[in-house]
Amino acid sequence: MGLDFSVVPKFFDILLLGAFWTIAITVSSAILSFFGGIVFAVITLYAPWFIRLPFRAFEWLFMGTPLLLQLFLIYFGLVQIGIDLPAFVAGVIGLGLHFAVYNSELIQTAIIAVDRGQMEAARTLGLSRGQALRKVVIPQAVRDVIPPIGNNMIALLKDSALVSVIGVSELTLSAQRAIGRTYRPFEFYIVVAAFYYVINLGMEAVLRRIERRSQLSR
Amino acid sequence: MTASQPFIEVRQARKCYGEIEVLKDISLTVDRGQIVAIIGPSGSGKSTLLRAINDLDPLTAGEVWLDGVRVNKTLPHRQYEKHINQMRQHIGMVFQHFNLFPHLTVRDNVTMAPKLLKGISDKEADRLAEEQLAHVGMLERIDYFPSQLSGGQKQRVAIARALAMKPKLMLFDEATSALDPELVEEVNLVMKKLAEEHMTMIIVTHEMDFAASVCDRVIFMDGGVVVEEGPPELVFRNPTQDRTRNFLRKHLEGAK
Amino acid sequence: MDTELMLKVYPFFLKAALVTVELSILTGILGLSCGALGAAARLSRFRFLRFLGAAYVSVFRGTPALIQLFILYFGGPQIGIQLDAFQAGVIGLGVNIGAYMTETMRGAIISVDKGQREAARTLGLSQFQTFRKVTLPQAMRLMIRPLGVNINALIKGTALVAAISVVELTYTAQRYIGSTYKPFEMFLIAGVLYMIIIYGTGRAVAWLDRRARIV
Repeated sequence: MGLDFSVVPKFFDILLLGAFWTIAITVSSAILSFFGGIVFAVITLYAPWFIRLPFRAFEWLFMGTPLLLQLFLIYFGLVQIGIDLPAFVAGVIGLGLHFAVYNSELIQTAIIAVDRGQMEAARTLGLSRGQALRKVVIPQAVRDVIPPIGNNMIALLKDSALVSVIGVSELTLSAQRAIGRTYRPFEFYIVVAAFYYVINLGMEAVLRRIERRSQLSR
Repeated sequence: MTASQPFIEVRQARKCYGEIEVLKDISLTVDRGQIVAIIGPSGSGKSTLLRAINDLDPLTAGEVWLDGVRVNKTLPHRQYEKHINQMRQHIGMVFQHFNLFPHLTVRDNVTMAPKLLKGISDKEADRLAEEQLAHVGMLERIDYFPSQLSGGQKQRVAIARALAMKPKLMLFDEATSALDPELVEEVNLVMKKLAEEHMTMIIVTHEMDFAASVCDRVIFMDGGVVVEEGPPELVFRNPTQDRTRNFLRKHLEGAK
Repeated sequence: MDTELMLKVYPFFLKAALVTVELSILTGILGLSCGALGAAARLSRFRFLRFLGAAYVSVFRGTPALIQLFILYFGGPQIGIQLDAFQAGVIGLGVNIGAYMTETMRGAIISVDKGQREAARTLGLSQFQTFRKVTLPQAMRLMIRPLGVNINALIKGTALVAAISVVELTYTAQRYIGSTYKPFEMFLIAGVLYMIIIYGTGRAVAWLDRRARIV
């Protein structure tokens, strides 16, 4: 059985739609993981112990187990307790929380590294601790970790392929559907890999621009 | 509150870090509009005293009063936080290392706190920023980021930022120590201008010439106590204490 | 929580965990080899090799590991590559993680101080001798910790072979979730086993790193 790419164009619209959903789930999860990362970092650093400790355990579990396993847990676990979420939402929650934990690690380190004088200066002006964190410390911490968070977001794009196993019709699942009708796995997976590669390049370009823009304010 | 109460009063201030006592029973008063310099060797407790006035370094014991209100009141934690944030709005502070907010423009550095704490409109905030920056001669850099400024310029913006809260009192913690020598003068000029406008100021400094020319009173601290205080011409020309004499002589030699 | 069920099924998870360990070790060996070759290519004197190395890194880091695995396992037979799921898993994941390890090793090598190289050359060592005796030993020390991060990702990444039906931990958990409808319990067993493997490996890497720092 030789290679025959001529079957691919017929499925191009399905693949494009899949690419759209891949981008949609990546962007949604990235946003969730970014803000989730900030919230998690603040909890880890500043919440009282009875919140912090259970939270640490949750983080530990999330960092020590595979994303795929977590997706199964979220998708089937939520059904189990009577919450029947659309696969897309379950996928966003799974990917978003998973990467939020990683982003939180980065943001925590950055918060600690923000010069103590910044907090002092803000407090001297009369800002409360919360206001100083929100207006002065966290914006600087986040700015400092834009490059590594960007790397996480690029990893997120590639891991978004995993949500195909819980039935989100993104690129990978679209390819599997096309393969089911044509029995041409090699051709479709190669084409889909190219799709991912292009999206990946696009994301890298966007991130480089954001990085450059944040250069001045440091 | 009686009319005779001083504008600022520190009563029997003590500060310990574990076993080490860095402030030993210090009392002093400052009148409204007075400009006071605190001098002394490093480790003498002068910065600690300054930072106790706005409770950045809380005292172990003792009281700080500003304009009839106790700054370091004894209150339950949450109420105290509210109270101290209120008090600090009246006490401007300028740091050795400027501590400008690098993620904000010069304009936003000046307006962030007034907008957040006094709820002024964007328009008022802009006017406030322009007014304060003009005052320190930094108006033309209003839309720059701190990273684009020299040290002297940064410090002038930091002064404008503190002044924008309309404080009753300004604290200067070695405001020119981190500057290259050629940049010291521009900051000194701004401070002189404030002095002429009768801003109440407490200045921790290493610059004896500046202290002598601008201040009404000089306090010499050593080992956590006030060794000597008085008008600059007395403290600098005719110190009564040996420790003061030694310090001034060493300092003079160091300057050469 | 259904502890009775957990006690009944955990031996199957243990067996699956051994498969995960086996996969991790083989993938790790292949990954490190690919990484070393990749780094050598990227730092080579020959432009063509540098290009090959860069292309390897770019393509394998720029596309999902899952797709790479699918191309090899499902697409392989079309171009005459017949592998069983386990073999495909090891090769697919190993070559994938190798691309990341290439960058880790290259990063460590180029971050060795230039003065070190110059000092060795002034002593009369050849370029190759300098690399072998001076640059590489120092780079090895620098790369332990970041390689540890790669290995951590690799272990979690072995879960992907569940998608091609290799009976390892995640696949086992998925099957039992489907048949028992107890997702939390099954997740907990698999999770604990993963954490033992991952944090255990992490400890080993930290120990190596500390030792390397003393000498």
